[in-house]
Amino acid sequence: MQFDSISAFFDMGGYAFFVWLSYGVSAFLLAALIYTSHSNHTKVKRKIAQRLQREKKLRKAAEKQSASAEQTKQKNSVVENSSKNTNEVVS
Amino acid sequence: MWKWLHPYANPEVSYHFVGKLLPWISKITIIFLTIGMVWALVFAPADYQQGDSFRIFYIHVPTAILSMSIYVAMASAAFCSLVWQFRLADASAAAMAPVGAVITAIALFTGAAWGKPMWGTWWIWDARLTSELVLLFLYLGVIALHNAFEDKNLAGKAAGILSLVGVVNIPIIKYSVEWWNTLHQGATVSKMGAPSMSMEMFWPFVFSFLGIAMLIAFVICIRFRTEILARNGMRPWVRELITTEGVK
Repeated sequence: MQFDSISAFFDMGGYAFFVWLSYGVSAFLLAALIYTSHSNHTKVKRKIAQRLQREKKLRKAAEKQSASAEQTKQKNSVVENSSKNTNEVVS
Repeated sequence: MWKWLHPYANPEVSYHFVGKLLPWISKITIIFLTIGMVWALVFAPADYQQGDSFRIFYIHVPTAILSMSIYVAMASAAFCSLVWQFRLADASAAAMAPVGAVITAIALFTGAAWGKPMWGTWWIWDARLTSELVLLFLYLGVIALHNAFEDKNLAGKAAGILSLVGVVNIPIIKYSVEWWNTLHQGATVSKMGAPSMSMEMFWPFVFSFLGIAMLIAFVICIRFRTEILARNGMRPWVRELITTEGVK
């Protein structure tokens, strides 16, 4: 132990400002680096997940559309057939 | 001879391998950094000339050495990417550049805060300080080039060429204190043979150096994984990974 008391430790032999400034700024920059790196990682993951979700939605919508298109097609053909039938009856 | 390395050129293998390393690296970082910082701040003796301002040494010297090491590592990765077209090498170079920039900034800042009480000035345009400042600008240039192109392969090529050209600055930084007259003192730790400092000061330096080096490795690993995901977002294994992990 190089210091007699806590206050002597914080005083750093008169160089308190420079020593604590160096250590403080270094700690802050490193902490900021770790934080941004970590949040960047989750951000990229979230973006990919969002894209996957969008793709899923689009696929579902496309399926629905094609399904409904087929249904209307079928309906139309049914109507056509029935009209044909009625025509036949009339004639 | 290098066959055992080949599987790691696969992004998926590398992503999971680094993911397995991360918890160990973080544990070693915490242990070494705690020992190093407490030893440096509390138990290491004060310098007979510089008093307690000498404690800045335990951040300044490791970050200054590592700022050059990261640059060499980044340039080696860029070389591998340019010559052998390793796509992952680009990702690792892109992961290292911001970390190197922060470490260089810390080395410069702690140097200024040490120079003020010892030399009487925050900054002087001498060889060592100026060449280290140029290193910071090289890092910033590499980061800018990595982000300048939508096409990541093109960006990696441009940034790689800049980082290879910038390697010329590394020996200039290293030998600046011998080639030119400068306020900055010569090498104390990395001298050939025994370091010219007492063992009571040398050991806390070793621990803080290893602690900071492991911290840097930790951050680079996180960023490397991010780069892999960002560059392979369309691959099936990434889709599967994201869907099974869920969004946080």
